[in-house]
Amino acid sequence: MRLSQKHLTLIVLAVLVALAPAFFPSNFYYRIGALIFVNGLAVTGLVVLIGFAGQISLGHAGFAGIGAYACALAPGYLGLHPGLAMLLGAVLSGGVAWLIGRPILRLKGYYLAVATLGFGILVSMVLANEAKITGGPDGREVAELGLRSALASIGIGLSNAQFWYAATGLSMLAGAWIALNLHDSPSGRALRALHDSEVAARTVGVDVARLKLSAFVISAVYASLSGSLLALMNRFITPDVAGFLHSIELVTMTVFGGVGSVPGAILGAATLTLLPQALTVLQQYENLILGLIMMLVMIFMREGLLPSIMRRLKGKG
Amino acid sequence: MPELLQYLLSGVTVGAVYALVALGFTLIYNASDVVNFAQGEFVMLGGMITFFAWQAGIPLPLAALLAILAAATIGVLLNKLAIEPARGAPVASLIIITIGASIFLRGSAQLVFDKQLHRFPSFSGDDPLRVFGATMLPQGLWVIAGAVAVFLVLWLFFARTLTGKAVLATANNRIAASLVGINPNHMMTLSFAVSAAIGALAGVLVTPITLTSYDLGVAMALKGFAAAMLGGMGVPAGALVGGLLLGLIEALTAGYVSSVYKDAVAFILILVILFARPQGLFGRKAMDRV
Repeated sequence: MRLSQKHLTLIVLAVLVALAPAFFPSNFYYRIGALIFVNGLAVTGLVVLIGFAGQISLGHAGFAGIGAYACALAPGYLGLHPGLAMLLGAVLSGGVAWLIGRPILRLKGYYLAVATLGFGILVSMVLANEAKITGGPDGREVAELGLRSALASIGIGLSNAQFWYAATGLSMLAGAWIALNLHDSPSGRALRALHDSEVAARTVGVDVARLKLSAFVISAVYASLSGSLLALMNRFITPDVAGFLHSIELVTMTVFGGVGSVPGAILGAATLTLLPQALTVLQQYENLILGLIMMLVMIFMREGLLPSIMRRLKGKG
Repeated sequence: MPELLQYLLSGVTVGAVYALVALGFTLIYNASDVVNFAQGEFVMLGGMITFFAWQAGIPLPLAALLAILAAATIGVLLNKLAIEPARGAPVASLIIITIGASIFLRGSAQLVFDKQLHRFPSFSGDDPLRVFGATMLPQGLWVIAGAVAVFLVLWLFFARTLTGKAVLATANNRIAASLVGINPNHMMTLSFAVSAAIGALAGVLVTPITLTSYDLGVAMALKGFAAAMLGGMGVPAGALVGGLLLGLIEALTAGYVSSVYKDAVAFILILVILFARPQGLFGRKAMDRV
């Protein structure tokens, strides 16, 4: 039996997640791995929005902020378990995306970019300024998820870093699985059709507005879950998670790695999470080199890192 | 009443700076369909280069001129080395290239200069002028006068000169322009040089009021982009109105509502305007090719 591209991608991702710890020189690398997976989850959502549906967003960190602060606030204010708070955040983000998506998605291109940008800034501003509730710019602590001690009681003892490596890794794989399924489904085909030509898609009976909206809601839920995971892992959160720079960072990772491809975007998340860590050795040159690499990759590998590499490999082999 | 006047005056001053940055966005967008997110870095370069040249003993006007020329050169290099080679790349890739350029320029400035806040003296002293009970810094007048001058010169350039008309023709239709003998690449280079110079000029004018530092570009790019979109990207008059409007809304919100939410009100208004007019206040309605 030949493996489909989807299964091959998932197996490669799963093997990479499972085998990477064998090469970790220290415990610190579990944390970096977990950060990659958290970002990987968010960019997988952006692949659905930008790569499949062709709609840009410069405000998705706003949804990450909603997810993160749901985990920070709901346990204290509503008495919810942090895990349920994560779900609440996802529902809330999806609801907000559904509400604002209707008017916003009528806009195109750069106008859509500025509208989503505005939304993200509004969220981060509320989080930073309503200090009485959110703790303000200094951030606030987040309750313990409690899953690790539950696992320990049934005999699976993991260090904190290992636990979060596994939890975020599995979440990212689940996210990738869903996104890849969507890609091959009728809805996914309709989304990609509308990416190529909205008019043509409408002509063959695709409900363009509804599909755009569902892509927006799906990507918002991904971003929200990624924000929740980040908050629960760090046990601390600041409004920066919702900030403009985080939005830009997520889009950059997606486009850098390959916007139309789930593994590509995850590669982008891995590269751009690792790069600053590697460049801290060069401290003052960090920005310089980061900017240079971003420009060079986008000039010479227009479709992004992974698709361009794959194309070159296929061309030669 | 003096309060209102005070808010209006400060709003117009800030708005003039936003208008200049938005104009830079619009000129480059017209020439190349690229939204240049590195536009804010030119404002930073204008202030920083002027400061360091002035500190090295060069008279202030000469230092400012030097900074504007240097920024224009960097603008041309940005176009030649990063934008032209990527011609035809998807929009998202172009956005990342200009964001990369912005990070690169910020990193260079932090390396070549430093991470401190800097200021050079105002052009005509720091004694506030009194206008009907409100006060205004003389430097604020310089900012407004600078913006007015730039828009006038640019209007004359587009309306009266052959080169200006060639730039407009390229913006309208690149292929048709090259058919009548216009070299679109020259027009792009010119637009990048002029945009960068305008950004740097804004930086020079505003530094005595707001100070400058290597990381000022992001905030400037954000506001300039918002102002350009508010007015309608690609329309110089839209940049002027969008910039002034953004500055006024910010100042009035800060004065009457809440200073922490001044940016929020500006963005809510942008959202409302875009919902009502998806092409911005002055933008032409986009036609889709079927």
